[in-house]
Amino acid sequence: MELFSLGIRSIFIDNMIFAYFLGMCSFLAVSKKVSTAVGLGAAVVFVLGVTVPFNWVLNEFVLKEGALTWISASMATIDLSFLRFIMFIAIIAGIVQLVEMVVEKFSPALYGQLGIFLPLIAVNCAILGGCLFMAQRDYTLAESAVYGFGSGFGFMLAIVLLAAIRERLKYSQVPNGLKGLGITMLLTGLMGIAFMSFMGIDL
Amino acid sequence: MSTETLEKEVVAKPAEPIFSKRRKKLVTDPLIDDNPITVQVLGICSALAVTTQMKPTLVMAISVIFVVALSNFVISLMRNTIPARVRIIVQLAVVATLVTLVSEVLKAFAYDMYKELSVFIGLIITNCIVMGRLEAFAMGNKPYDSMLDGLGSALGYSWIILTVAFFRELWGSGAVFGIPVFEYVSSLFGPDFKLATNGLMVTPVGAFIILGLIVWVQRTKTGYVEH
Repeated sequence: MELFSLGIRSIFIDNMIFAYFLGMCSFLAVSKKVSTAVGLGAAVVFVLGVTVPFNWVLNEFVLKEGALTWISASMATIDLSFLRFIMFIAIIAGIVQLVEMVVEKFSPALYGQLGIFLPLIAVNCAILGGCLFMAQRDYTLAESAVYGFGSGFGFMLAIVLLAAIRERLKYSQVPNGLKGLGITMLLTGLMGIAFMSFMGIDL
Repeated sequence: MSTETLEKEVVAKPAEPIFSKRRKKLVTDPLIDDNPITVQVLGICSALAVTTQMKPTLVMAISVIFVVALSNFVISLMRNTIPARVRIIVQLAVVATLVTLVSEVLKAFAYDMYKELSVFIGLIITNCIVMGRLEAFAMGNKPYDSMLDGLGSALGYSWIILTVAFFRELWGSGAVFGIPVFEYVSSLFGPDFKLATNGLMVTPVGAFIILGLIVWVQRTKTGYVEH
């Protein structure tokens, strides 16, 4: 039950976009069409869902203070957490590469859809952000898996909703200076207000 | 601004002054006309979350200036030895090292600030401006020029986030750099007068709307239209 509420929290209340502004670059750049937004969203769900638990293992058994005790008890004082950034980003880049190769091999159709987005995901702030939040909040393995998938779904939800609105926006007259980024920011703000209504829900 | 023409000019005039017109342009262009946030739409990711107050925003801006300028410089020094296939991971390694440096320095000398910025210092690694400038400029230009280019982009980014933070802190908490401006102004008008703050400005929503409006004003001034 606690895991369920963590999942709901990470999708709606702690939404990657509306609460933490993570992954804004691709959120703004790839939200012009619903179909591509779904593709990117799915890729993010997948990569977040895999990398967060994977980085949890790394953090728990290598990086954390006293994590190396499984090698020998004398290593209990070693604290490698300053290596967190570089290790996490290396794992993310590696897993993205791996996912790309696996998808290309086993599902060329899906690869065609996701192809261009997959390499970009390595530098998506939402992925690294998810991993760093996981380390900061001391999640367990199960929690980190749920958190990874949940925040991925939150991102997907946000980007697909925005893409749907932007498709409609083509038929409206937007002032010249506001076209593109400006109106998208204002829209995101309004969507953020809608998402704030989830905040009162106590899970 | 195309990198190719810039490279040609460098070859034509090898002994140009340190602050030549072209080099000044490298720094000033990204401030207004080619601003990374409002025109190129880069680096919005990690920035907005810290802009509820001026102080953390200033620290963030300084960190980004340091990381972008230095990573541009380092990558530019190595540009001819990096194999094209693994360049992303090499770039990430350099950037991550610099960001780790920033984070350790903050942890040692400004622990409160480190706690407040929490994961957002780490997220400078995935700030699109860093990777964007490395890919677009540092991989094809000389070290000093690259450093200036990075400096310009980071400064363009800094003034935008500082402006966002100024309005958010002023309207959200009625203060600037922690100095309670609203309280002082209210006291000038007598005991019953009170300037109200807007709680929405402290939430992410405020950041989106302020940035949207800044983009609008800035693009109307420069006449840039996105299609």
